[in-house]
This record gives sequence, C-alpha cells and structure tokens, in this order.
Amino acid sequence: MSETIPPARKLPKLEPGSAFFWTSGADGVLRIQRCSSCGTWQHPPFPRCSSCGSEAVAPAPVSGKGRIASYTINHERWLPGLQVPFVFAVVELAEQSELYVFTNLLAPVEAARLGMPVTVAFEQHEDVWLPMFRPDETGGVA
Amino acid sequence: MTLHPEKLTCITSAAQSEVGRPSSRTALQLTADACLAAIADAGLEVSDIDGIACYPGKSAEGGGIAPVSPSEAAAVLGIDPNWTLASAEGFSHMAPIFNAITAIACGLARHVVVFRSVAQATARMASRSSTLMSGSRNRVEGNNAWTVPFNALSPINTFALYAQAYFEKYGANEEQLGMIAVNNRRNAAHNENAVYRKPLSLDDYLASRVISTPLRLLDCDSHIDGSTAIVVSHRDAAKDLKNPPLHIESMGMAVGGLWVGRYEGDFTSMPAAHKAGEMLWSRTDLKPADMDCAQIYDGFSIHVWMWMEALGLVPRGEACRFVEGGKRIALDGELPLNTGGGQLSAGRFHGYGHIHEATVQLWHRGGGRQVEDAKTCIISNGGYGYGAMILRRD
Ligand SMILES: [Zn+2]
Repeated sequence: MSETIPPARKLPKLEPGSAFFWTSGADGVLRIQRCSSCGTWQHPPFPRCSSCGSEAVAPAPVSGKGRIASYTINHERWLPGLQVPFVFAVVELAEQSELYVFTNLLAPVEAARLGMPVTVAFEQHEDVWLPMFRPDETGGVA
Repeated sequence: MTLHPEKLTCITSAAQSEVGRPSSRTALQLTADACLAAIADAGLEVSDIDGIACYPGKSAEGGGIAPVSPSEAAAVLGIDPNWTLASAEGFSHMAPIFNAITAIACGLARHVVVFRSVAQATARMASRSSTLMSGSRNRVEGNNAWTVPFNALSPINTFALYAQAYFEKYGANEEQLGMIAVNNRRNAAHNENAVYRKPLSLDDYLASRVISTPLRLLDCDSHIDGSTAIVVSHRDAAKDLKNPPLHIESMGMAVGGLWVGRYEGDFTSMPAAHKAGEMLWSRTDLKPADMDCAQIYDGFSIHVWMWMEALGLVPRGEACRFVEGGKRIALDGELPLNTGGGQLSAGRFHGYGHIHEATVQLWHRGGGRQVEDAKTCIISNGGYGYGAMILRRD
C-alpha cells in the first residue's frame, strides 16, 4: 500500500464563522465568541447568542487560563508519522462554567490530571495558530 | 390529553442478513435479504408494505456508513410505498422508527419496513482509515475541525474523555469497565450472527492494548457488513400476523451535546440522553424495575454506563458498581444486558442490533441466550443523538 506521508497535523479549514479562533494566536491572545448584549461566552461560535438570541456576537479576548476538565492519553498511531503517546484534553476556560475548548497538553503525558490549571500556548502551522495548553506554573485560576 | 402515537403501533417482525467482515454480498443485496426476511417473518407479502424508511439514507461519504437509500431499496424489493423517509438527523439511529410510528399513527402507512445497512467492512478493505484519518492534505471542516487538528483522529478519543472523567468522579476502574466487554462476549457465544464469539476473560480484556486511556481495543465496537430490518405496523393491522405483536410501550428522544449543539455537563454523562430517559418514563406506567432485559447502546463500552444512568436503570455514578463482577447483568441476573453480544461482540449495526435482539428476547428466540419468560425490554441507541424505546409483549 503506497501512502503519501501526511502533514504532521490535519489543520482546520479557515471558515467564515470560526477563522478568528484559529488565527487569534497571531498576537498571542486567545479569543472566544462573546455576546455583547448579555455577556455570555460561547464556543463553538454560532451566528447568534444561544442564551439571549442577540446577533451581537463577536470574538473577544480571554485570559487563556483554565483547567483540564478531562483528558485521554492516546497511544494509537492513527497515521504514519504521528507521535505517540500524546494527551488530548478538554479545557474549561476560566471565563465561564462549561466553556470548553479541545486541545493538546504540552507536558509529559504522565503529568495530566483532572482539574490541572493550564494556560494557552500557541503553535503556528501555516496560517493557523493552534491553541495548545501547558501547565500553569502560576497556580492558575481559583 | 397527550397523544401517544407509539401505542397505536407495534413491531411485527425483525430479521438480519448475514454479517460479514467483509460480506461477499453488496449492501443492497444485504438490505434486500434483511427486508424480505422481515416481511416473511411477519407473515406479510411485499405488496402489504406501504412504507419504507432507514437510517441514515445514502451519501457519497464512501466509508460504508450510508450505502443504501430507502427509494432504491423500495425499487429493488418491489415495494410501492406511500411513505418513505431517510434520516440521519436528530434522535440518532431511532429517528426513522419514531417517524414511522408517527406516519402509521397518522394513517399514512400501515406496515413500514425500517432498515439499517452498513458496508463498513468492505469500505475498510479499500482504505484502512476512516474519513477522519485520510492522509490527504485537505483541511478539516465542520465539527471535526474542533478535534482533528489536535490529532483526535478517532471518535474513541472524544469518548475516552467521558470515560476518564467518569473514572475520576465516581472512582470507577478498568475491571468494572471490562465487564461490559466480557458480558457481551459471554452472550455472543450463543448468537450465531455475532462477529466475535470466542470466550473473553477479564484478564484477556486487561491484556488488550490501550488505544486512548482508559479505553482499550476491546472497549470498541467493530465495523461489519450487514443489514437489519424490522416491520412496524399499526396495531389494528397486526392482529392476524405470525408473531405476537411487540407493543411499543414508550419512546424517548432528545438531541444536543457534543457536535449537535453545545456540551453542557462535566463529561461524566450525556445530558441529552437523560432528557430522552425522562420522556421515555413519562409515557408509561412501567418502571425500571419492570424491565426483564436491556439492550443498551455500546458504540464504546463507556456508552453503556452513561446510558444506564440516563435511563434511570441505576443511580448516577452507580453503573460501574452495578456491572462489577458481571452477576447482576448476566442472563439470569437482575438486569440481563446486551444479550446478543452488543456492538462490541456482534458488530456495529448502529443500534439496530440492539433492537433486533430485543425482538429475539421477546419472541423467545434466544436459545442459549434466552432470558427466561422475557416480556419487557428497554433499548437505547446513540452517542450523539439519543433514542430509547420500551417494547412489551402480552
Ligand atoms: Zn446573549
């Protein structure tokens, strides 16, 4: 079976509703969609606020801090060249309860634990800044 | 007064095609095999069938997940339907059944054949990888874009997040989770259509390779080629048929959560599945303790725990202890579970294996896996959208 060597990562297509999320890291700041009418954050982004219905939703900067809500250590080499093991995690951002983003943890896999304070660390691939997270040495958020 | 269309309908037959990894028959042939066998099992003629529906319809996706449309199946079978439907939307795999129920209750059809066909084993022969893993340089779009760039290249990575959170919150362990696979295999030994029938011990489970912690290879279901068909009939049209009608005592459905909206919760449950469970029990006087057996969705083993809790079969956080040791979920236990082997051992029929197995139990066709005098069965389907039913025979 002849297979071309895939890219190190499959990158997200920059689509109108979500491109801001993937390019936000260009200036080192993570942005999440927020409703300016009621203040609710939402991710993934929608064309309107699912709390109050307002269309006044726009990307807004967040602290980049949060905690690991759950994680898994992936051992399977799904693609040739995929480096394993790695941690795939879901981070609950500090700004709002149940405001989740998926990510990789930049730390030895055995360091991962639920509730771990983390902070964003961008990794640029072509025109995409993937929001990775690393342990927050400052102790993170309360 | 609340209308309960499901109480106007019943299941009058069920059948499965051969199951292959892969099969030498095409998806359309397997579909015809299952549908014709189901129609005959009901004691009906093809000309009696006036509705046909399936999950999810036909798409160009190419992975064998959506190989046959209801209209082409109708043409091949010689069915001239008044009513057809294909649905991948909403309440997951049970959507075409729920829609068939409402169509029958509204008088649009009297006997609807509902099928689910898969050709994923054949598709895997052509390409090892699922669509998420294709080596192409095309960028990822849609919902997959939120996870695939982080190398979550299989659904197991997402469901492993649930399993890890559940383990930590409720103190569950791998020996407890392993009982899902072990119990399924114990039952599959008596199911000649199951793809894996070799006995499996807890030690075998613990020795199997870890894919994405805490989930192992044996926590995953298995792609197959095959088709399942059931006939849903109006209760007035079911009286003189071959099988005792299986009353659709109740149905429950909900959407929401990962990829179908925004996830709300702490990754230890599928919150929308709880809503489906509440709807299910609000439409019947039966109680969880009245269930003689349970066919609970097991795309991954962890689904079973989350579904058992969503359906109120066990309290939150207790599924892990309920299945421990396997006694209470055995064929002679208090809640015989996935009596045909579930998807882990019988193959990924996308919930239709569970529905088929419910009919096997209620028509007492189970042979070595028969639950004694089973009269009620609870069934759940889905990991993204959620459907549940209670079937009952007189
Ligand atoms: Zn708002």
